[in-house]
Amino acid sequence: MATPVQMPTLSPTMTEGKITKWLKKEGDKVSSAEAIAEVETDKSNLEVESYEDGYLLKILVREGQSVPVGAPIAYVGEKGEKVSAESPSPPQPAQASAPPPTDIKRPPPPAAPEPASAPTEIKRAPAPASPKPTPPSGGQVVPLRREEAAEGEIRLRASPLAKRMAQDQGLDLLALQGSGPQGRIIKRDIEAAIGQGGQGGAARKSVPFRALQPQLERRPPETLPLSSMRRVIAQRLSEVKPGVPHFYLSVDIEMDEAMKIRQEAQSLETKVSVNDIVVKAAAIALRRVPKVNVSLQGDRFLQYSSADVGIAVAIDDGLITPVIRDADMKGLASISAEARDLAERARRRSLKPEEYSGGSITVSNLGMFGIDWFVAVINPPQAAIVAVGAVTERPVVRDGQVSVRQMMSATLSGDHRIIDGALGAQYLRELKALLEHPMRLLF
Amino acid sequence: MPEIMYREALNQALAEEMERDANVFLMGEEVGKYQGAFKVSQGLLQRFGSARVVDAPISELGFAGLGTGAAMVGLRPVIEMMTFNFAFLAMDQIFNGAAKIRHMSGGQLRVPIVFRGPEGTGGRLSSQHSQVFDSIYSQFPGIKVVAPATPKDAKGLLKSAIRDDNPVIVFEAERLYAVKGEVPEGELLIPIGKAEVKRVGKDVSLITWSRMYYYVEQAAAELEKEGIHAEILDLRSLRPLDEEAILTTAKKTNRVVIVEEGWPHAGMGAQIADLLQHKAFDHLDAPVLRVTGLDVNMSYAANLETLIQPTLPRIVDAVKQVLYRQEK
Repeated sequence: MATPVQMPTLSPTMTEGKITKWLKKEGDKVSSAEAIAEVETDKSNLEVESYEDGYLLKILVREGQSVPVGAPIAYVGEKGEKVSAESPSPPQPAQASAPPPTDIKRPPPPAAPEPASAPTEIKRAPAPASPKPTPPSGGQVVPLRREEAAEGEIRLRASPLAKRMAQDQGLDLLALQGSGPQGRIIKRDIEAAIGQGGQGGAARKSVPFRALQPQLERRPPETLPLSSMRRVIAQRLSEVKPGVPHFYLSVDIEMDEAMKIRQEAQSLETKVSVNDIVVKAAAIALRRVPKVNVSLQGDRFLQYSSADVGIAVAIDDGLITPVIRDADMKGLASISAEARDLAERARRRSLKPEEYSGGSITVSNLGMFGIDWFVAVINPPQAAIVAVGAVTERPVVRDGQVSVRQMMSATLSGDHRIIDGALGAQYLRELKALLEHPMRLLF
Repeated sequence: MPEIMYREALNQALAEEMERDANVFLMGEEVGKYQGAFKVSQGLLQRFGSARVVDAPISELGFAGLGTGAAMVGLRPVIEMMTFNFAFLAMDQIFNGAAKIRHMSGGQLRVPIVFRGPEGTGGRLSSQHSQVFDSIYSQFPGIKVVAPATPKDAKGLLKSAIRDDNPVIVFEAERLYAVKGEVPEGELLIPIGKAEVKRVGKDVSLITWSRMYYYVEQAAAELEKEGIHAEILDLRSLRPLDEEAILTTAKKTNRVVIVEEGWPHAGMGAQIADLLQHKAFDHLDAPVLRVTGLDVNMSYAANLETLIQPTLPRIVDAVKQVLYRQEK
């Protein structure tokens, strides 16, 4: 008897999945727990496994097509078996209809709805879009089964050393041309990129500068499909902003002392970014003001006992907020390493759902883009988000004198249903004190 | 410093250790009256007498076992294999005996024995007498393996091997016995398990040992003409491996070529490549390449014998590949 293989629920917020690639053909032998297809969900690319031993009898969903969770995507059965007549017909593509209503019992998505960005340290440009304009197989995503990558998909080749150097230098490998065999990026390519532009090198620019020229031929705007991630972001954001009453509190923080930590880290040959320091301070501040460490859940709320802090990471066509657990208890070097790892894997879309859920607060940093001050949208079910800008030298008045200090603005957005302005102010005061006197991070 | 031959350096080591410790004795085929098939034991019979320089019958299993037993009761035998090709016959005594007695006796018995002799390509000796055993012997826990390239290392490592309380295999190379080099007179101990950077360079690491060291030196000189500065790491010991030295040079140059005389399949170099991918992964700018003897039985024909061993062009090619100087 032919058994249907259904579109599984691969993330807490997944309502539908797009088949990016079939790993098996009709007629192929499959065994249970063997991957048969790749699916693009709202968060990452994952594999669908067969639960049965047998043969892949029929594929119901084409590559590039989306179906709701639970819909049959294929049949597995005995060799040569016919799929019976009463088997349901191939499901209608979900893409055409509106996304199904969100189940209110399902935990709201952890995606931060603000175009926030990666931790300051990782200054990579977002990966350029796939060379395929309308990828039927989710072309911008590195395929899980690299060897089976379809023609035309990006298969980045770089030596391990080159990858490490690129990460250390904050270079975007995708922006480099490799001079090794089959375009492998090797040490000399990285060295050339560093030599060319250093901080402002070509590889660091996300968008090459192009002078505007009057277009002779006017073309109508092109209609393009939304990626699964972008669809989820669009849907959630339109729910969050009217649904969660935000209030905003801003504060200027003197960062001279905190910046010394970075120098100290350098002398230890470690890298610590401003963002790492903010994450740790945000976690310790949660400990000091535990009433902010909450999450509203209908007519109840969660009081967290650990200080977990999300970091907003910009990725190609979206963003995601992986969470650094127990950031209050971790050293800066370990926060830094973890943040880099999470950001890197976020870009490769290989984060596990548990890595981007939970926590009560997120740090969103646009400092590396030269933003001084901004307001972020809360990432539900979290209760707050802290938007931090660039550290810049600004004139400030101290003891009646104008002096120059390294300043950073931080703006807290709070969920007014569960925390109030005074509480938010208390939290921000704590955060400011920790960052201005970073010795206190030790206590 | 006097310049002497590899065989003379080994002779010095034997004589000095026999002088120093009355428990040391030499046994093997033709070591006495004939003065050694390769003249390593020249003069030792006259100097130390037939009780300590023992001519054994052609029975490798027998005298390897006799030596192992003697070591178990406190002597320090040096067993000469006329070549290690013949030691196949003695493998049970070496691997099931010498290598395991300490373990099987719960540490009560020690086996301070040295098995030494030549291995590798001789010169038109064909397949049965031209073999390299580095990888086979290095697999066994319980024995140490050294394979010195220079007369100095040969002397220092043989002396350390004789003083070691565990079985030690000393691989000499048939074609190295007449190689000359500077060797300090008198006491010279080179620690087992320590590699040596024999040439300092920055562009690529050539890891090798034993006779291939000379091939690699030649290749490095060739490469130097093209502006490629190769570093040469002579392992000297194959077990224990000097991991630190291997990782240090790999991290310095980011590219490694391993040159070994033995066969490629499950060869010694594969172990080193494994170490590198495991512990220096993020430092590698190119896949680790190996230049090995070809995966065939050694030919009797002289021209083929040359081609079956690693050749200068193959070494130079491999270096250019890891440097991305040529596509492959």
